[in-house]
Amino acid sequence: MEWEIVIGLEVHVQLSTQSKLFSGASTRFGAEPNTQACAVDLAMPGTLPVPNEAAFRYATLFGLAMNAGIGRRSVFERKNYFYPDLPKGYQTTQLAKPIVGAGEVEIHLEDGSSKKVRLHHAHLEEDAGKSLHEDFHGMSGIDLNRAGTPLIEIVSEPDMRSAAEAVAYLKKIHSIVTYLGISDGDMSQGSLRCDANVSVRLKGEEKLGTRTELKNINSFRFVEKAIKVEAERQIDILEDGGSILQETRLYDSDKNETRSMRSKEVANDYRYFPCPDLLPVELSEDYIDRLRGEMPELPDAKAARFREQYQLSAYDADQLTQERATADYFETLAEQCGEPKLAANWMTGELAALLNRQELTIGQSPVSAEHLAGLIARIKDGTISSKIAKQVFEAIASGEGDADTVIDKRGLKQVSDTGAIEKMVDEVIANSARQVENYRNADEDKRPKMMGYFVGQIMKASKGQANPQVINKILREKLDALL
Amino acid sequence: MSVDAQTVEKLAELARIAISEETVEEVSSRLGDVLQLVDKLQAVHTEGVAPMAHPLDAVQVLRADEVTEPNRREEFLALAPQSEQGLYLVPKVID
Repeated sequence: MEWEIVIGLEVHVQLSTQSKLFSGASTRFGAEPNTQACAVDLAMPGTLPVPNEAAFRYATLFGLAMNAGIGRRSVFERKNYFYPDLPKGYQTTQLAKPIVGAGEVEIHLEDGSSKKVRLHHAHLEEDAGKSLHEDFHGMSGIDLNRAGTPLIEIVSEPDMRSAAEAVAYLKKIHSIVTYLGISDGDMSQGSLRCDANVSVRLKGEEKLGTRTELKNINSFRFVEKAIKVEAERQIDILEDGGSILQETRLYDSDKNETRSMRSKEVANDYRYFPCPDLLPVELSEDYIDRLRGEMPELPDAKAARFREQYQLSAYDADQLTQERATADYFETLAEQCGEPKLAANWMTGELAALLNRQELTIGQSPVSAEHLAGLIARIKDGTISSKIAKQVFEAIASGEGDADTVIDKRGLKQVSDTGAIEKMVDEVIANSARQVENYRNADEDKRPKMMGYFVGQIMKASKGQANPQVINKILREKLDALL
Repeated sequence: MSVDAQTVEKLAELARIAISEETVEEVSSRLGDVLQLVDKLQAVHTEGVAPMAHPLDAVQVLRADEVTEPNRREEFLALAPQSEQGLYLVPKVID
């Protein structure tokens, strides 16, 4: 039997406003507990919410980036439930009239293919506080600093068919919100959180299978793993003749398994109703048009421009435009060194490996775009070979200075002096009687390949510093003279 | 529309209100009265009328994104029955 996985994602994105959605308390991350929870956030009697304009502006920008309809008139509703990190006893959110309507976005997969994922809608809502379950004499501690922080909840249609597609979609959302500058998108701090609705069905079946909702998947890697392991679980049950229970499941990254959150015995009944404390919010056509005019260049447009302007491959252009900081680094580098293709290779190769190894973001890179441009310039003008350049790169990364300083200090300048190279070639030929004999007896078309041995020996003798083009030329002449 | 005892208990659970067994019947009949009024409203012909989000015919004013609230943690914590290390303490809740 061939199974198909069907995935829809609900992504919560914390908007990077200075103040909260309904109060003037700060949203700064990492403050002492409850120092940023004011009377409105604590639901003190007599307080009233006043919505933050920036939250509407950010949500509108997001909607425009997703080619979605913008709700000219949006309405807040109360979602009623009791939990200690929600002091009001309801979450102020949107249901029937959200700020962002249906839209779509293109995702790019690693095999180079693309597909469209439809957006169902996105709405504005407030975040809850945090419950700390460490031991406070058998009680829980509540920190309400996060209560009231603005979120957009982005709900996709069930359009994804593999864990890889879900990751590509999430990366796209991450890329869009960070390009727009409406969120820092930091998953480790909870600025971007993801729930996945997962079901399976036999390939060719139209009807959707029963889905489960996976919570607590807080990194790109876990999204992929959680969906895979949940789909496997569902397939096993169905192949054994069982059925799937519609429920919420928690992903445990330590054990790489999902498990049921059985506590919700009473089915959720949120009894939504329009919030009487808040009037409908109307956005004018002018307001939306002005924001449309302020939209920055988005990842897809930037990738298209990189292919055109810098002649990059589709793969390189996608890699370099996923994050705005990476794209900015590339443009500085390409302009300074004048070699966009070399620049792209260094960024997706050595630089990406270095950042990965040291777990750094491009913004924290120990090798600046200016340094890397200096290094590429020295490859271009023949001062060093590409091989030596890797050594120089590592030295720049460990703080030994710019390319010229490192090349000078370590004496890595490439030897192009024909006299010196000629001497090395003569020595190697003199010491390789057998290989020379083989070369002479070989067919003409095999000879170029056989030169590799000599080049290797000469490179070794020069400690990698001899110019390979010069070696090749001299070696060829000398060997052919022996024929 | 009438409200049976089971519905009253479910609503009480959702609203976290304790309703003693003796009062269930009374609550059920009073809620039933309210719903009768709703039934009357339901009978009104509303086709083509947009649902009302708010009784005032006005639009929400938005505020500028500025931090205006100072830290008043100690005052607020003092109102809570229990607190520790800057946290409000509540009976343990774990899903």
